[in-house]
Amino acid sequence: MSGNPKIVIKDVNLHFGKQHVLKNVTANIPEKKITVILGPSGCGKTTLLKTMNRLTDLYHNVKITGSIHIGNDDVLNTKKDITEIRRHMGLLSQRPYPLPMNIFNNVAYGLRISGRKSKKYLKPRVKHYLEMANLWEEVKDRLNDPASSLSIGQQQRLCLARGLSVDPDIILADEPTSALDPLSSEAIENKFIELKNQYTIVMVTHSLQQARRIADYVIFMYLGEIIEQGPAKEFFNNPKEDLTRKYIKGLFN
Amino acid sequence: MDQPFFNLIFSKDWRPLSGHFGLFPFIISSLWVTILALIIAGPICLFSAIHLTQYAKTYVLKIMHPVIDILAGLPSVIFGVWGVVIVVPFVSEHIAPLFGKQTSGYTIMSGGIVLAIMIIPFVLNILIEVFKSIPEELTEVTLSLGATRWMVIKNILMRKAYPGIVSAFGLGLSRAFGETIAVLMVVGNVTLIPHGALQPGYPLPALIANNYGEMLSIPMYDSALMFAAFVLLIIVILFNFISRMVIHRMFKTM
Amino acid sequence: MKRSKLRNAEELFFRGVMIISTSVIGFALFLILWSIIKRGLPALSWEMLTQTPKGGFYFGKEGGIANAIVGSLYLASGATLLAMIIGIPVSLYMNVNLHKRKKLVNSIRFLLDVMWGIPSIVYGAFGFTFMIYFGMQSSLLAGIITVTLFIIPIMIRSIDEVLVSVPNGLMEASYSLGSTRSETSYKVFFRQCISGVTTAVLLSFGRAIGDAASVLFTTGYTDHMPTSLSQPTATLPLAIFFQMSSPIAEVKERAYASALILTLIILFISIVSRIISSKYQKNKIKL
Repeated sequence: MSGNPKIVIKDVNLHFGKQHVLKNVTANIPEKKITVILGPSGCGKTTLLKTMNRLTDLYHNVKITGSIHIGNDDVLNTKKDITEIRRHMGLLSQRPYPLPMNIFNNVAYGLRISGRKSKKYLKPRVKHYLEMANLWEEVKDRLNDPASSLSIGQQQRLCLARGLSVDPDIILADEPTSALDPLSSEAIENKFIELKNQYTIVMVTHSLQQARRIADYVIFMYLGEIIEQGPAKEFFNNPKEDLTRKYIKGLFN
Repeated sequence: MDQPFFNLIFSKDWRPLSGHFGLFPFIISSLWVTILALIIAGPICLFSAIHLTQYAKTYVLKIMHPVIDILAGLPSVIFGVWGVVIVVPFVSEHIAPLFGKQTSGYTIMSGGIVLAIMIIPFVLNILIEVFKSIPEELTEVTLSLGATRWMVIKNILMRKAYPGIVSAFGLGLSRAFGETIAVLMVVGNVTLIPHGALQPGYPLPALIANNYGEMLSIPMYDSALMFAAFVLLIIVILFNFISRMVIHRMFKTM
Repeated sequence: MKRSKLRNAEELFFRGVMIISTSVIGFALFLILWSIIKRGLPALSWEMLTQTPKGGFYFGKEGGIANAIVGSLYLASGATLLAMIIGIPVSLYMNVNLHKRKKLVNSIRFLLDVMWGIPSIVYGAFGFTFMIYFGMQSSLLAGIITVTLFIIPIMIRSIDEVLVSVPNGLMEASYSLGSTRSETSYKVFFRQCISGVTTAVLLSFGRAIGDAASVLFTTGYTDHMPTSLSQPTATLPLAIFFQMSSPIAEVKERAYASALILTLIILFISIVSRIISSKYQKNKIKL
């Protein structure tokens, strides 16, 4: 792995009430690469993702120990306002969740809340991000239509444009193509491959094939623990752990 | 009934002995009390619902659940007793002087306060359901754009919940409109058109309740009261129907 | 950073408002219960509970509210029983026989929900109209019928909610009695529903006993203990309603005592329902 890791996760333990959901998780997420967190359902991969930008704060009986460093900030223990830190990480969910507004305002929202309200400022930027998400051509004539009028694939691209609009360094994606048809999935995957030149991408998936297709780096989790992690080539061709081998062979899901 | 429809609703004359049955003062009284109740109960329910679904710790919910259920189950008369014992003196001793008025306390204001407390559990439960039905992921993605919790609530959740909130209030309104006993006990029951919240009033259900005895002896009285009941029924059903349709649609599209 | 300071202030302010709102509700309940207990407790005595008002309920200084207590119990039990007899089969029918016809069932549910929202005084007024039409006088029977109509939507919908949560196959299997397989499923079905149905019945009983507007015209009021279905009967809500406005202190005492008794009954029902639902929650089969 070349260069400094973008995210350094160290000894993270997460308890949900009495359940020990993340066990001694230590990992490094490389910069400007696609890191895929892989594993069967319920292994804690989505929880790990959500811990990275402390969305876990939304739940009441959560206890987290350990550290997650992004640059100089420890996300878990920082005194800084978490909303500032969150702006560095865009989130793409499993199903598209457009804001209850029109298409333009969806992309503009992030900019608006950081204080820029003038249409002059917003218009070109909204266009830029919609283009980045490969959505501009399809919506340029109906920017005032409600976001809910788009198809699911288009909505997901809208959410991508929205996430990019706050200029994050990191994109966190939670199984972003699981609700999409194959064509739209492919579009998102290709987009990620393009984007990794500018952004660090962390993607959760339970699809081995998807991981094979686009991962640069893989973290394999099972029952809350990291079993194995490493560059994708090594992971798929030369897995070190027995469990990993079994998983790659498709012996359990 | 040979009274023209228009007269019945809009005439201010209520002199049953001489055959005049203008329902106007009662309708106005009903409106006064109901709207006042909504003004008081609305913000309380809204803020409480947001608090309970977004911010509150689990133990708060555990306490509030039975509180709301018990309030919802208390009979009307009990609220009436509380009204007479606590609210009426309160209005008379503390609220009226604020406005420089003298009153016995048996006023629209008292009716409004009692009614507000009575519809709170009802409206609150609906609002809680409405807010709970909004997927958490929406909050998550908005937070990831750098919004604070409060901004998520203000900009996003309220927008999504808007139709639900409106119906909740609509249902609360219809519940309030039909409530009889408790309001009756504190509202004064004087047949005039109230010009201020600190005057007594005589809402529609109270009219029906108070006069059923004389109904039979005075000609046309019973039809007039039946008509009053009918008007009440129609208003309530209409509100109910519309509010429920809106809620139905809203839950469908989520 | 001025902007975010303003934002934080705004958020803090509204969080304060929220906490106040929630507390107001809790405080209101406390105030209500406290005022009832404060006035009602000193009014409670053995005479209060076992005697009827002497010298007329509105003017008499002696005696108690025994007639109202017994009257209410008769009325509420009668109405609840009738509502069960009608309501349980209807709910079952809705959930088993009409299971396929979703649209019809949902329309019925919607209708029932609207009926649930109709104020009790409307039921009372129409009940009274029918009484006049049939030449009946105020009586316990008329009251029972009116209150039954009033609580039927509550009964049906509550039981309906319970039945909806039963997994599909279980319902059909247990309904068709006649083989050992369905006998076991009947037992499982029964156990799963019984707590929900009991809660529904308790809830309906609570509404039936506490409502004044539906009995105001139809059941009337007397000083005597209830003796027959065709006589007017005293009820607790009306005991409170009529006696609260009396200038005579002893009469008011009776009103407070009635209020306390009624409140205690309702609280008791509330607590028992909660215990039943939480106790049986563990044994429920979840979908």
